Parts: sequence; structure tokens; C-alpha cells
Amino acid sequence: MITTMAVAIAEKRIGRRGESVYSGRAKAVLERSYLAFRSSAWIVVLTGFLEPVMYLFSFGYGVGKLIGKIEVAPGHFVSYAAFIAPALLATSAMNGAIYDSTWNVFFKLRFDRVYQGMLATSMGPLDVALGEMAWALIRGLAYATAFMIIVGLLGLITTPVALLAIPAAVLIAFGFAAIGMAVTTYIKSFEQMNLINIVMLPMFLFSGSFYPLSIYPGWLQLFIKSLPLWHGVVLIRSVSLGIVNTSLIPHIIYFLVMILLGLFFTTKRLTQLFMR
Amino acid sequence: MTDLSRRGSLVIIDTDRTLKRGVFYVIEARLRTMMHWIFSLLTGSLLNPFFYLASLGIGVGTFINQRAGSAGIDGVKYIIFLAPALLSAVAIQDFMGEVVFPTLQGFKWEKTFFAMNATPLTGRQIALGTYFSSLIRTIGSVVIYFAVLVGFGAVDPARAWPSMVTSLYAAACFGAFMLGAAAHAENDDLFLNLMGRLLIMPLFLFSGTFYPISSMPLPLQWLGWASPLWHATELGRWVSYGHHLSGSMIAIHFGYLAIFLVTGLLWAFNRFDYRLSK
Amino acid sequence: MQNEELIVAKGLTKKYGDFTAVNEIDFAVRKGESFGFLGPNGAGKSTTMRIIAATLTRTSGQISILGKDPADRGPEIRAHLGVVPQQDNLDQALTVTDNLYIYGRYFGLPRKFVKSKIDELLEFAQLTDKRNAKVESLSGGMKRRLTIARALISEPEILMLDEPTTGLDPQARHILWDRLFRLKEQGVTLLITTHYMDEAEQLCDRLMVMDKGSIMAEDSPADLIKKFSTKEVLEVRFGSDRNSQVSDQLKTMCERIEVLPDRILMYADDAELLLESIHRASLHPLTSLVRRSSLEDVFLRLTGRSLIE
Ligand SMILES: Nc1ncnc2c1ncn2[C@@H]1O[C@H](COP(=O)(O)OP(=O)(O)O)[C@@H](O)[C@H]1O
Ligand SMILES: [Mg+2]
Repeated sequence: MITTMAVAIAEKRIGRRGESVYSGRAKAVLERSYLAFRSSAWIVVLTGFLEPVMYLFSFGYGVGKLIGKIEVAPGHFVSYAAFIAPALLATSAMNGAIYDSTWNVFFKLRFDRVYQGMLATSMGPLDVALGEMAWALIRGLAYATAFMIIVGLLGLITTPVALLAIPAAVLIAFGFAAIGMAVTTYIKSFEQMNLINIVMLPMFLFSGSFYPLSIYPGWLQLFIKSLPLWHGVVLIRSVSLGIVNTSLIPHIIYFLVMILLGLFFTTKRLTQLFMR
Repeated sequence: MTDLSRRGSLVIIDTDRTLKRGVFYVIEARLRTMMHWIFSLLTGSLLNPFFYLASLGIGVGTFINQRAGSAGIDGVKYIIFLAPALLSAVAIQDFMGEVVFPTLQGFKWEKTFFAMNATPLTGRQIALGTYFSSLIRTIGSVVIYFAVLVGFGAVDPARAWPSMVTSLYAAACFGAFMLGAAAHAENDDLFLNLMGRLLIMPLFLFSGTFYPISSMPLPLQWLGWASPLWHATELGRWVSYGHHLSGSMIAIHFGYLAIFLVTGLLWAFNRFDYRLSK
Repeated sequence: MQNEELIVAKGLTKKYGDFTAVNEIDFAVRKGESFGFLGPNGAGKSTTMRIIAATLTRTSGQISILGKDPADRGPEIRAHLGVVPQQDNLDQALTVTDNLYIYGRYFGLPRKFVKSKIDELLEFAQLTDKRNAKVESLSGGMKRRLTIARALISEPEILMLDEPTTGLDPQARHILWDRLFRLKEQGVTLLITTHYMDEAEQLCDRLMVMDKGSIMAEDSPADLIKKFSTKEVLEVRFGSDRNSQVSDQLKTMCERIEVLPDRILMYADDAELLLESIHRASLHPLTSLVRRSSLEDVFLRLTGRSLIE
């Protein structure tokens, strides 16, 4: 038996927990995303963060003129633009993460067979899952930062605490990326992929992004409050208003659970699909 | 002898028929493909605007109506103001999608146009076939969506039905232009990306869909004036609830949209012939 | 150790639901040899390869690769292997060089090490002038060579190739065979599946003939022919109607015949002599051809079917 460098590296991990699913090489998968990104069109990258900005201008100023100020806490009114900006940030974190972890993953999984190639090496499925999500997060971080800069320039940031919206956006992105990737590993056709979009849009439109939930009947409010985007919107809206207290903990836990469930099922499914 | 002449005439009749009906063959092929996707088509093109109507028309509408009081927006309740714009947006987006994707598919993904072109079908027939099958599909979407609007009480069917026609007209005009653009696109990924982010999205957001375009700062109003959706929406509001339009403005709206139709079709014919003979 | 056995399988079985794709097969692959699985589509070759590559778990039986069980030592085993799957899975989003580079990184190899190997591998795969090209733009043969080069980035002891030349034109095949010979000279153990008999004859020291998940025979190509066929074959055609009429009479004239839809194969050590006796019996075939026995004949003998349907 010849001990090459690849073998020596693999043998170093013998006896570690989860050695068959994780080799500590998520960064190689991340590096792959970077290499692929390097050769993609810059304009696509640049325009990627335009969506929330356009919504902000269109709704914040257009609809804002018709609606006026919104009461966010008893006696506390903010401009309509300031009201929707946090929701748009949460939504764009969600959309970006979902796009990266569903469509992109779907193609690599079913058409380009990229993961098959990765898993023929001494890496494991958890490396792949973590590496892919790390990329989604880096992108989310970049877009969230860009969005906050614009929001700041428009004078909608009134407290330094609001900068916590950036890590909050990354947390939201992580949660959606994890769940999105897990779901995608179960999906077989384009038809089913379309179902994802059908869930996403109403979540965006009804999660209290554009107006307070108070106009809905109680049962509908409860339902919406069980959806992840609502938690994201509340989280970012709170920190944007300078509110940081224990009331945020349930929202954070909600996303942590999403992350764990997503990672667990993605790893399990990739194992099933490629190493069964 | 008889055998030979029969064969000869058959060939002539066949070519003749293809020449005349080629467009219909292409339409038939397209409609058959669409039927495979009927579920996605329905959900994509109808569910989405339905959600917009429910969320914005009713949700945002509640707050807007409260503030506007009896004056209303453009003299009417918010949902009535919104309805013609959404109808036009549905028409334009569906028409656009139904020419862009088949065209990219035909030239790039599955190269079906080249297979069609190997039969007596010409580039122009394939272009027209793609165009008219999209028109048929869009008629379906517009009628169904109009029914949804009626269900929401957002339009008065007896009065507002011509808004289906103005929406279709706008969609057919801009669709022709997108047919040319899609036939022009060599880099499909880039084209789709830019179309989504720099065309569909701003079109939807800055065309006075959700509020009178005059609410926007002037530099952004330009976007609306250039947008086919704004022209379609103005016409739609005019026929739906009597939004005020002067005669010359009506002519401008129709005329502006017609420019897309004419240039678009010429562009498409040119590109289809060019790419199929390359 | 000359005859060290790197891969040993006993009673190896894989079932997909009720369907048995690989049925209790035994085999052993020795260090430095070129070992082939020959069989038609659906024989179970890819399934066997994927079990060896530790990307598919067996249903029952034993298998050890370098003394390890792939069921619980997957990552280590894969570190020893270079895998060229039946369908290319090159990374379409990356250039040729980046494909090699990132694959090395997947094995955890240091950047410097990987970069130092790239030139050599590009040279080997004859892709030096394509180094910055996107994978999309490569021809089928180039993609295949790149996949092989990629599999070599970790300096594997065993290189596994699943149908390496299926779908390639003759020239591309010969280039590829030449590259594989070089690897063999360097002492790499090769594991190849194919349904081309010429490829099996060219590349393999030892062959396992597979059909419907089972092993039909195992030996060197020459010995398989010796064992299961005669030295020569006479192919005669009498026209589709007469082929079956004359077959009874032909049967008595040689060791064995096979009646195919379009021709009759007659097995004999001296086919010229056989042809003469056919003419003497006034059976005048429309065409006749004398050739040496091949693995195709072996397969026909073993299964009663052709390799390529
Ligand atoms: N994932 C799978 N699920 C069910 N059946 C499979 C699967 N993979 C292969 N098979 C079946 O197992 C048999 C052997 O397949 P394979 O190993 O790919 O054969 P070969 O590579 O020799 O052509 C075939 O009949 C194939 O249809
Ligand atoms: Mg196979």
C-alpha cells in the first residue's frame, strides 16, 4: 500500500466524530464557488442586490406618499420607507439564500453532477452542504451590507444598533439556505422546483413586510407568525428601531433550528443519493 | 406515368400547404408543449398576481383608503385603481415569458428551431408561430385573471371588459419586441438575468402600477414614461373606471406601443432568418 | 510483493429493491495489473465499480479495498482511488486548469502541491493549449482525458475507468488507450469496464466477463479465447432465407456453429480448410470471411447473445 499525500491527509481524520460524512474541507467547496464566481459576469453580481433597492424606492416613496407614517409601537411612528426597509432586507436575505440553495443546487445535483464529482473524493456530504451554504452566506453578507449603505445614505438609519441588521440578515440567510438545500435534495423535476417559488412569493407579500399584521383576523396572524420570514422581518425591524432585548431570542432560536434541521437533512439526503 | 404524376403533385401540394400553414404547425407544436406545463403556467402566471392583488390591493389598500378617505386614489378605491395595472402586468409578463423562453430554447438549449428549419418551414414562420402561440396563451391568462378581478370586486365587468383588449394590445406589442431581443441574445444566462433585474422588475415597480406615477420624484418618472406597462395601465384605467385621458394622450399611448410592435417584428424576422441560415 | 491483492470481493451482491444488479460475484484485483469488466449494458459493471469506489453500499457479501471495508472506511479508500465515471462530471462552471486544481483541493492537498502537478497533468492529457478554456468548449475526447487527468491529481494507486471510450471516435479512442498504457507502465493499477471487445483485448491483462449481474468467466483475453472458442472463425452468408436451411448440414462439418439473423459463424481451428469442404459439398455461400476468434465469440458462446445489441 502506497501512502500518498491524499491518503495521509485522509488517515489523519480516522477516529474523529462523523469522519464518514465530514472531512473538515468545506473550505474547498467554498473555494470552488469562488473560482466559479470569478468567471461569472460582473453585471449579474452587481444587479443582484438591486431588487430590494428598487422595492425600497418604488414602495417607500411611491406607496409611502399614499400611506403616510406607520405606527410601529404605541405612539412610535416611522416613515413608510423606514417601515419597509428592514422587511426588504430580510426578504432579500431570504431570496438570495433560497436562490443559491435551490436553483443553483438543483442544477449541480441533477444536471452538472458536480456533487457526484466532489463525493468521489475523500470529502463527505457535510463538507459539501457546509461549503455551499457558506457561499450563500458570504453573498448574503455582501448584499446586506450594500443595502444597509443605501438605507444609511437615504437617512433611514437612526441608531448604530441598526447595524446589527447585517448579522441578523446573515442568520436569516443561513436558515433559509439550510432548509432550501435540504428541500432541493428531495426535488426531482422542474415542476416541483416551481412549487418553491409559489411558497416564497406569498410569504414575502403577507409576512407584514408592507403593512402591520393587525389588519388580519387572528387565525391568519397566527399562521403568518409561524412562518420563518415573519420572524426575520421582526428581528431586523427590531434592531433597526434600536430594540435589542430578550424578546428577540425566540426569533433567533427559530433560525438556529432551521439551520440544524437543514444541515441534518441535507447531509442525510446527500449520503442517500450518492453513497447509498 | 400516372404513378409519377401523382407523386409529383403530392409533393407540390405538400410544399404549398407547408408554405401557407407553416405558422400553424409551429403554433400547434408550441401549444402541445405548453400543455405539459399547464400546472406551472397556471400557478406561475395567475397565482402570483392573485397574491399581489390580495396583499397590496386589500392589505395596503386598507391603509391607503383610510388616509385618502372619500377622495380616493384617482377618484376610486385603491383596489380599483390597482386592478387595470395588474391586468396589464400579467398580460405583458406572460407574453414576454412565452416568447423569450421558447426562443432561447429553440436557438440554444434544445435547438428545436434548427430542426424545424430543416423542414420547409422558414425562419419567419417559426417566429410568427412562436409569437401567435404566445398570444393565444396570453388571451387565456388575461381572461382568467379578469375573472379573478371580478371576483374581488376590483372591476365592473360590464364597463371594464375593454381593459382586456388594451392589455392584450400592449402585451402583443411589447412581446414582439422581446421576440426580437431573445432571438438576438447569444448569452442566454446573461440575457435572462438582465431581463429579470433590469427590465421586468423596474417595469413592474416604476410604471405607476401601485400609485400614480406623479407621486415619484421626477427622475424616476422618466422610467414610467418609457415603460410599455405605464402606457398600457393608463389605457386600462381609462376604459375601466374613467381615468381622465385627453384624445391626444390616447393616441400617444397606442402609437408608442405600436412602435414596439413594428420594430420588434422586423427585428425578430431579421434575427430568425439570420441565425437559422448561419 | 508481486501478487499482492488490492481488491478482493467474495459473494458481492447489490440489489435495487427486488432487482438484483450484481449477484454474488467473486474476484480479486492484483497490484499493478489492468483488470477489466467486460459485459453488455446492464450487466452490473457500473454498480460494481461504484461499490469499489465507496460511493454505493453493497447489499451483502464481502469486499475489501487495500484491506479496508468501504462501508465504514469510505473517505480513506477514496483517497487511494482515482475515479473516472461513466458520465463525465467535470465542473462546467470552471476552466480546465481550475477543474484540476479544485479536485486536488477536495482531497485536502495543499495549494502549492496541486499547482505543481497541474502542468504535468495537462501535458499528460494533451490539453496544455486548452488550459484556460471552459470545459463546455472541449470535445468529447478532451473531456474524457481531462476527467482522467483530474482523477490522477491525488496520485492514486488505483485508477478506475467506467467505459472510458464509449461515444468517442476511433482516433480519440486510440489517444486515450495510449495514455492508459503509460499509466500502466508507471505501475498504476487499472480497473476498466467496457462493452467493447477490442478495448478489453487492448487494455486488460485479466478480464471478467459479466452478464446480468453474474460472472460468466474470468481469465486473460488470450486464455478466454483459447478456453471458449476455436482458433479461427468462418463467417458465411447464404441469404436470410437459406441460412437456416443449410445450418443442419453445416453443423456436422465443424466443432460448433452459431446461426445469427444475417450470417452463420462456424468455429474451427483451420477455417480455410472448412471453407474448402463447404465448397466441396456444393453449398456455395454468397459471401465468406475467415478471421481469428475474438472476445465477441467468447461472449456469444457464454451467453448466446452479442455484446452490443
Ligand atoms: N439506482 C438504480 N436503481 C435501480 N436500478 C438500477 C440503478 N442503477 C442501476 N440499476 C440497474 O442495475 C442494472 C445494472 O446497471 P449498471 O451497473 O449500470 O450496468 P452496466 O454498467 O453494466 O451497464 C441495470 O439493469 C440497471 O437498470
Ligand atoms: Mg455502466
